[in-house]
Amino acid sequence: MFLSSGFKTSLKKNLQLSNLIPQLLLIFIFIFIIYFFANNAQINMKARNMTSGFDFLGTNSGFDIQFSLVDYDGSSSYGRAYLVGLLNTLLVAFFGIFFATILGFIIGVSRLSTNWIINKLSLVYVELFRNLPLILQIFFWYFTVLRSLPSTEKSLIIFNFLIINLQGFYIPKFIFTNSHYIFYGIVFSLLTIILIKYYANKIFYEHAKVVPVFRISLFLIVLFPLVFSLIGGVTINIEYPKLIKNFGIFNYLGGIKLIPEFLALVFSLSLYTSAFIAENVRAGILAINKGQKEAAKSLGLNNSQSLNLIIIPQALRVIIPPTTNQYLNLTKNSSLAAAIGYPDLTGAFAGTALSQTGKAIEIIFIVMMTYLTISLLISLVLNWYNKKIALVER
Amino acid sequence: MNKENIKNWLKVNLFSNWYNSIISLFVLLIILSIIPSLIDWAIIKATFVGKTKSDCKAGGACWVFISVWFEKLIYGFYPDKQLWRVNLAFIILILTITSAFFVKPKIKPYILFFLIFIFPIIGFVLIHGGFGLENVETRVWGGLSLTFMLTFFGIIFAFPLGVLLALGKRSELPVIKYFCIAFVEFWRGIPLITVLFAAAIMFPLLLPANTNVDKLLRVAIGIGIFESAYVAEVIRGGLQSLPKGQYEAAKSLGMSYWKMNFLVILPQAIKTVIPGLTNTFIALFKDTPLIILVGLLELLGMVNLAKSNSYWLGMAVEGYIFVGLIFWFFSYLLSRYTQSLEKKFSTEKH
Repeated sequence: MFLSSGFKTSLKKNLQLSNLIPQLLLIFIFIFIIYFFANNAQINMKARNMTSGFDFLGTNSGFDIQFSLVDYDGSSSYGRAYLVGLLNTLLVAFFGIFFATILGFIIGVSRLSTNWIINKLSLVYVELFRNLPLILQIFFWYFTVLRSLPSTEKSLIIFNFLIINLQGFYIPKFIFTNSHYIFYGIVFSLLTIILIKYYANKIFYEHAKVVPVFRISLFLIVLFPLVFSLIGGVTINIEYPKLIKNFGIFNYLGGIKLIPEFLALVFSLSLYTSAFIAENVRAGILAINKGQKEAAKSLGLNNSQSLNLIIIPQALRVIIPPTTNQYLNLTKNSSLAAAIGYPDLTGAFAGTALSQTGKAIEIIFIVMMTYLTISLLISLVLNWYNKKIALVER
Repeated sequence: MNKENIKNWLKVNLFSNWYNSIISLFVLLIILSIIPSLIDWAIIKATFVGKTKSDCKAGGACWVFISVWFEKLIYGFYPDKQLWRVNLAFIILILTITSAFFVKPKIKPYILFFLIFIFPIIGFVLIHGGFGLENVETRVWGGLSLTFMLTFFGIIFAFPLGVLLALGKRSELPVIKYFCIAFVEFWRGIPLITVLFAAAIMFPLLLPANTNVDKLLRVAIGIGIFESAYVAEVIRGGLQSLPKGQYEAAKSLGMSYWKMNFLVILPQAIKTVIPGLTNTFIALFKDTPLIILVGLLELLGMVNLAKSNSYWLGMAVEGYIFVGLIFWFFSYLLSRYTQSLEKKFSTEKH
């Protein structure tokens, strides 16, 4: 065996008695605590005639979930309920991140505006939303704003596209036939864009010519899916929500219904998180030295070139890591759904399923591990990104 | 400011070019249309004095709701005759903290010692009972005082644990190092709600059948451990920012590991991360209302309870504004304090 000298000394150090004792003690205490808890759990469950294990995931849940991306009803299994919850969590997180990013960038840039009123207004926005507890904001949207919407008969109808009432928001549903051709089109255009990007770099370094990759990509990503859908015969049916009177009660049927719980969550999560993202964006832009812009100008780059090649890449380097952290926070904060009964992972699974089965240990373990996995995945991506931009720095 | 100055200011700050002018006018228009009706609702047409909902005039805010429920919002269901005990505990706390700003630096460590080790005992005896005081069960605790109690407990629990975890993460002993890393990553990777559920529902199953740990205590410890992971990350940042020379100097003086850390390293590291720590504690303060999910009612929980009282339906807006004002005031105050500290420390460096 060839051991490096560094490893040898560290091994030696670890085998010293003064270093060994605290480590062994920690291992011992840890094992003891685990044993203590496991043992008690076993005794307690025996006393209550409960079985342990994850078999319950296959059994019928017997409860209904009012908002689900996949087929689900009372005869579905608890495993299926978990899937519904997970998808609902990811759905809220996705839309929350989407709107929080857009709002955050707008507010962050406004914070640096020379226009006094815009500047101060965005400051008020940031200080207001980030200093109020998120759960209070969720309650405020859910119990006051969305509860004061008009009833179904008096719905607000905006361009026949968005229908707003107490039951939630209704939007038309787009039903595609042969939709896989659009997907092929997107894949094909992405491949072409990667190829163009590669050659654009080559041309840039060899002939010092700039190819407007972004504009070409934008064009291609519209063109190819369109061409492909024409070839494949893709048709779009739009299903509008219709007002139907049933047993004297008016109701909208058809289309896509966004329930108030979902809306309250998306509103509050994106407003709350956007305040933090705005501060990141502001810090990122402020972090760029004035000399960078002047240097770009003196190299003869025009305004958009200096923005695209000098300013934005450097600002993003400062903005992206803390913003990814905010995305992570948003995903974890989406668990507040349980407070207003939105059926996400916490609400549907750790809430309803737990109270039905009583399998506290198993269900809380599953939920914790799911969030942990999501968190670790996002931080892995963040670390990978940090390493990548650190390499660029010479 | 004379007329010329005002004109100049307006030109530079609001109407520097055509699109800025349009934006300014548009925003001004919106603000002017919202603010007056808001003031009208909240102050001019609002009712401040009264005993029941019927005392409130239509079209204005009904602050009577807050004044009638005020005691409940602050103290929960704590018995009326014993309220002085809660008040006394908080007066001692406030006096101690304010005194820290006026005494000589030499005495400050003693104040800190009092706050961390002696005051919790005094506060617990005062609020919970014992030594001749009547016992008040934790299930009647609630309202704003519970918010503050949880925040205070969370801080004094999370801080020492966080320091130990931060040191552990930098330990040369692999078992301790990786245990601390895993511990911190675990707690930072899960939402607080799952911790609360675990503390309220799962934890009793893990204890021997005849033991009964108070639910509020379980939840408070859960919050404390959860926050300690965040504290550890902040302090680790402070430890990393210290130059290696500090460790070498301490070692060359023959200091042991603990002496080196507690006398040389940590005092400097913690000082640099006080802003980060304050931010963590603001987050803790803002997170306390989550305990509503396991049936404990602090300020927001009490408002939710009050607004669903059948005599007081439709008072949600007033209630939430009251809660918002209180949380906003304390969070904003602390975050401004943090910013002033950041400025102070950044000038000290140069």
